[in-house]
Amino acid sequence: MSIISSARGYLGADIGGTFTDVVLEIEGQSFSTKVLTTYEAPEHAVLEGMHRVCAKARVTPHAICRIIHGTTLATNALIERRGAKTALITTEGFRDTIEMRTESRFEQYDLNLVLPEPLLPRNRRYTLRERIGANGKTLIPLARADVENLAEKIAEAGYESVAVGLIHSYLDPEHERMVRDVLLERIPGLSVSISSEVSPQMREYERFNTVVANAYVKPMMKRYLLKLAQKLAGEGADCPIFLMHSGGGIISLEGAAEFPVRLIESGPAGGAIYAAHFAARFGLERVLSFDMGGTTAKICLIKKQTPKTSRVFEVARSYRFKKGSGMPISIPVIDMVEIGAGGGSLAHVDAMRQIRVGPESAGSDPGPACYGQGGERPAVTDADLLLGKLDPENFAGGSMQLDMDAARQAIMTNVGERLGMDDETAAFGITEVVDENMANAARVHAVENGEDLSSYTMIAFGGAAPLHAGRLCEKLGIERVLVPPGAGVGSAIGFLRAPFSFEATRSVYMRLSRFDGGAVSTLLGELESEARSFVRSCDAQAPIGTEAKAYMRYVGQGWEIPIDVTDAEPAADRYRALFEAEYAKLFSRSVQGLDVEITVWAVNASTRKTTPAAAIPLGSLAPIEASTARHVYDSTLGYKVRAAIFAREQLKVGQLAEGPCVIIEDETTIIVPSHSAATCRSDGCIEIFKRDKVGAQPALALAVGA
Amino acid sequence: MRNLSTVSLQVMWNRLISVVEEQAQALIRTAFSTSVREAGDLSAGIYNKAGLMLAQAVTGTPGHVNAMADAVAHFIREIGRDDIHEGDIYITNDPWMGTGHLHDITVVTPSFYKGAHVGFFACTAHIVDIGGRGFGADANSVYEEGLYIPIMRFADRGRVDQAFVRLVRANVREPDQVVGDIFALATCNDVGHRRLTSMLEEFDLDNVEVVGDFVLENSRRATLERIAALEPGTAEGSMMSDGFATPIEIKVRLTIAKDEISVDFDGTSPVDPKGINSPLVYTKAYACFALKCAIAPDIPNNAASLEPFKISAPENTIVNALHPAPVALRHVIGHLIPDTVYGALDKLLPGTVPAEGAGPLCNFQVSLRPASEAARKAGAQRAEVLTFNCGGSGARPHLDGMNTTAFPSGVMTMPIEATEHTGPIIIWRKELRPDSGGAGARRGGLGQFMEIGAVDGHVFDISAMFDRVKYPPRGRRGGCDGSPTKIALDDGTKMAGKGRQFVPEGRKVMLALPGGAGYGPASERPRAEVLRDLALGYISSDTAKEIYGLTEPDAASVEAGLKHGELPASGEGRSAASTDK
Repeated sequence: MSIISSARGYLGADIGGTFTDVVLEIEGQSFSTKVLTTYEAPEHAVLEGMHRVCAKARVTPHAICRIIHGTTLATNALIERRGAKTALITTEGFRDTIEMRTESRFEQYDLNLVLPEPLLPRNRRYTLRERIGANGKTLIPLARADVENLAEKIAEAGYESVAVGLIHSYLDPEHERMVRDVLLERIPGLSVSISSEVSPQMREYERFNTVVANAYVKPMMKRYLLKLAQKLAGEGADCPIFLMHSGGGIISLEGAAEFPVRLIESGPAGGAIYAAHFAARFGLERVLSFDMGGTTAKICLIKKQTPKTSRVFEVARSYRFKKGSGMPISIPVIDMVEIGAGGGSLAHVDAMRQIRVGPESAGSDPGPACYGQGGERPAVTDADLLLGKLDPENFAGGSMQLDMDAARQAIMTNVGERLGMDDETAAFGITEVVDENMANAARVHAVENGEDLSSYTMIAFGGAAPLHAGRLCEKLGIERVLVPPGAGVGSAIGFLRAPFSFEATRSVYMRLSRFDGGAVSTLLGELESEARSFVRSCDAQAPIGTEAKAYMRYVGQGWEIPIDVTDAEPAADRYRALFEAEYAKLFSRSVQGLDVEITVWAVNASTRKTTPAAAIPLGSLAPIEASTARHVYDSTLGYKVRAAIFAREQLKVGQLAEGPCVIIEDETTIIVPSHSAATCRSDGCIEIFKRDKVGAQPALALAVGA
Repeated sequence: MRNLSTVSLQVMWNRLISVVEEQAQALIRTAFSTSVREAGDLSAGIYNKAGLMLAQAVTGTPGHVNAMADAVAHFIREIGRDDIHEGDIYITNDPWMGTGHLHDITVVTPSFYKGAHVGFFACTAHIVDIGGRGFGADANSVYEEGLYIPIMRFADRGRVDQAFVRLVRANVREPDQVVGDIFALATCNDVGHRRLTSMLEEFDLDNVEVVGDFVLENSRRATLERIAALEPGTAEGSMMSDGFATPIEIKVRLTIAKDEISVDFDGTSPVDPKGINSPLVYTKAYACFALKCAIAPDIPNNAASLEPFKISAPENTIVNALHPAPVALRHVIGHLIPDTVYGALDKLLPGTVPAEGAGPLCNFQVSLRPASEAARKAGAQRAEVLTFNCGGSGARPHLDGMNTTAFPSGVMTMPIEATEHTGPIIIWRKELRPDSGGAGARRGGLGQFMEIGAVDGHVFDISAMFDRVKYPPRGRRGGCDGSPTKIALDDGTKMAGKGRQFVPEGRKVMLALPGGAGYGPASERPRAEVLRDLALGYISSDTAKEIYGLTEPDAASVEAGLKHGELPASGEGRSAASTDK
């Protein structure tokens, strides 16, 4: 066994809910593995995965020169409430902000609604007499003696971590800093997070909740990250470690340990970066990334090869993924919709005799009925199996035998018999409903962003996505799908494509009628140097680019839209023109005669993205014949058709597989519908397209009516 | 017409609901009115050609539930079926044919596909201003409440009526925003129309008749099945409101029959001289909403699912006010209706409905101005600030009430940091009000304290819209009442629950918003929950001892735990926030 020790390898590791995915890229080759996540000591799975891919690549861990890591640990700690003993210190009069939320019900018709509990119960929330006004001036000064008294109580109670969130602190952080300083003097080693650093944005509920979440997971994440670094170094991977953050960039280990709240949703962010990378390779300006796993589906818009970002999102939704049932976290994040639609999503029939699917999931235990582990309720995977989309003998690379009878029985008992449908129709009903749910989520997301999906290309990854992508595209009017190689470990591959980046934001209120160009230049300059220095601390050489955004709206509106003001002359007219153009694009027209206001400013600094080699254009395609076939239900036609079966590696560049056909690989199965065809691109991506759009060869006579 | 499969019809029904949700989202993002964008005070729906509602977006306002279902029929009648053309847009703010007050504008757009009329889209939003006296209860008739727009054309075959637009602009305080909102309503219907068109194309349909029939048939059957499963019977309920100057009594008689549920308001107080009256359409909406929550929460709103709920009230009662009664603050009475209905329903369906809650939203509007000419020169300004706030909800049969959470309305509050940017107002306090939740086996949700002042150099008027001052939420099945609303200046000066009142420079308004009532006797509350409530400060140690019978050592042990930041061991403990059904 030859050991290459001088090689320069890059390791990506994504700790997910079920699996830890590890990818090693070295000398142009890629090696990947999936290890079951080890909850009690998450670093074990990372180490195990690292050794496996190193063995596959025939190198030692010394060959790794950089590790990029992403993890759901922070998210899980929030969902499962396993954080540190944490206190909140806030302004007198606002002790209950994080508990009172928006004072609304996220489900209008449920008399037995249960609101999610705040991360910190009321007895762990303390107040100080002080107040900053909306203009940033101090209304009530903070007395040091008050803080010292409170520090005594905090010390006595034995808190491990403290969050400080004061009203209007994003305008003047002095009081928050003083609280931190006094606490640290009295209690050295205490973990302290202040809202003006973690999330300097207006809106107290979101800001307080964000700083509380950060404080809550910080001790645990810090310990974990240090231990991971130590162990990796101990095993020979003595190289810099970086973390993927929710905004789609990477930050240093130290930055992550200080602001662990930024690691939430880092896995899905990696998926979006993975999709963006293939968008760049194929020169696609408009891409819909579609990531469907066992429990949820994530949909993200990627324009000009850049995933759309947002400033706030919700974590730990407690009620059927319903908006408002989680807790808001205001940090830069890749904007995506996540709905309860996955292979494990369970189906039932409701009072209107309608089939409903999800968000409840069979999970991995007992799993769908066809896993034969005692599951009695039908999951999407059961329906896929019955429709011929999955091969019972060849699931997960043949490692698992699927039980067709169990799937059929679950579907008939819970759906078919209740609606007077045969098994095939009931299974079709289930897949059709889950596909429609995903299509609706994608449509609403597109409308919210003023986009028309028919000009988009879909990039599908995650275990269940390639099974459903074809039908979803038909529903959305999308004509092209790419299924990239390594789709099963897409997020971890995405980590290796992410730039170093950091977004600095600040809430500074300004109306265009009272626009202060000098102040704007100063502010953007400050944000830029803050963001740049953060990125520079990760990478000493790479050129850094910056992008500035102002969040604007008409005075009186409640919804800001981000406007790119990079290099825009700081003048009211210029800003107004930029805003009105974007507003008209979103809402068909601008409004005359109204003043415009800016609420938040943001500067994002990042190193250049790696530019992938362009894909080689398709030449003429030669159809290939399959040696085997099976009957697969075609959702568009409404009956089973005979579909050819190919192994993914069988399909070579320049070959054409006519739909309906099934392309199988270890981690997933690709369904190519009738009237579509698939080919293999030079980089190994499978491309599915509408047959009539490419003028490809006439259809092979595979379809047989049922 | 092809014979559509059941699966396709189901998918299309889902799609119709998604279409109206998209319609509503478009409105939230373009509206200027605070109550639309923050509170979700809007609705959107799709109708078949006959004007029957097929789907309605679930938004923050139950007040539009039936109103929307009835609205399009009024438009068809007034415009004339033969005068409906492609490109038309119709409009009204008629409180009796729309949604209950002049501040709500309803826009209806007929939808055409391949040249044929296939249905309608309608939407409603609460706008910033409609002229008149401004938003408040002070008017003596609807004529004083602002501009009255009868059902008419806003656009005729694609051409917007500019004369109408000029007339609106000339009659409202914020013409740009109001006209902006009207266009936003029209845009919202366009979004719906575009989505419907692509759906018809995708499914190769000519119209929505078949899917419409499927929706209506299934909804009717599901609703009737729910009603048929109930024990028939009749029961009565009543509710007292502070009213404006004199108390108001609302009375209901509820009958569950084999195939319908009827609610009649006979015996309710007559129309009030001030603007807290409710047109029948609004009364129907809240009565129906209450019944749907209790009996068929999962069945979507449409013409058929609402049909078995029959609501009636004698004319010229406060719940069936006729033109020209003033109706601007009809929500005060409307928001009390669900608790009134539940008083009766509890007698027929025990263990289903909650105890009484805070009820009406605790809204107030503040009009700030410079305290003096010198203050004005020093930069003091005028501003109008409207805020939404909530008391506690009533305890449920198996769950505590929710703290500071609206019911029946679904409003969201604004962050105080955002409110303070809209004018020189300072919210000094906004936090839970301990001991305000009615005691019981299940405790009522807590109300809140608020303290409102102005930046130095300003005085203000507060337009109060509070109820539950004299009549706090009542407990159910042995539960105690919630705490009443309290309002005063910080120097102790008493203030009224309703109406415009002056606040001098340097003074603050001290508000205590009501808590929800309790359910079941306090003696049956598990001890662990009493300990937890005490540790969290939801109840005082006096309440814990006097009402719940906690012993002195128990109370002391809670105190000791708090020093270490710990709650009492939960044991069999349950609370509103952590208990399953």
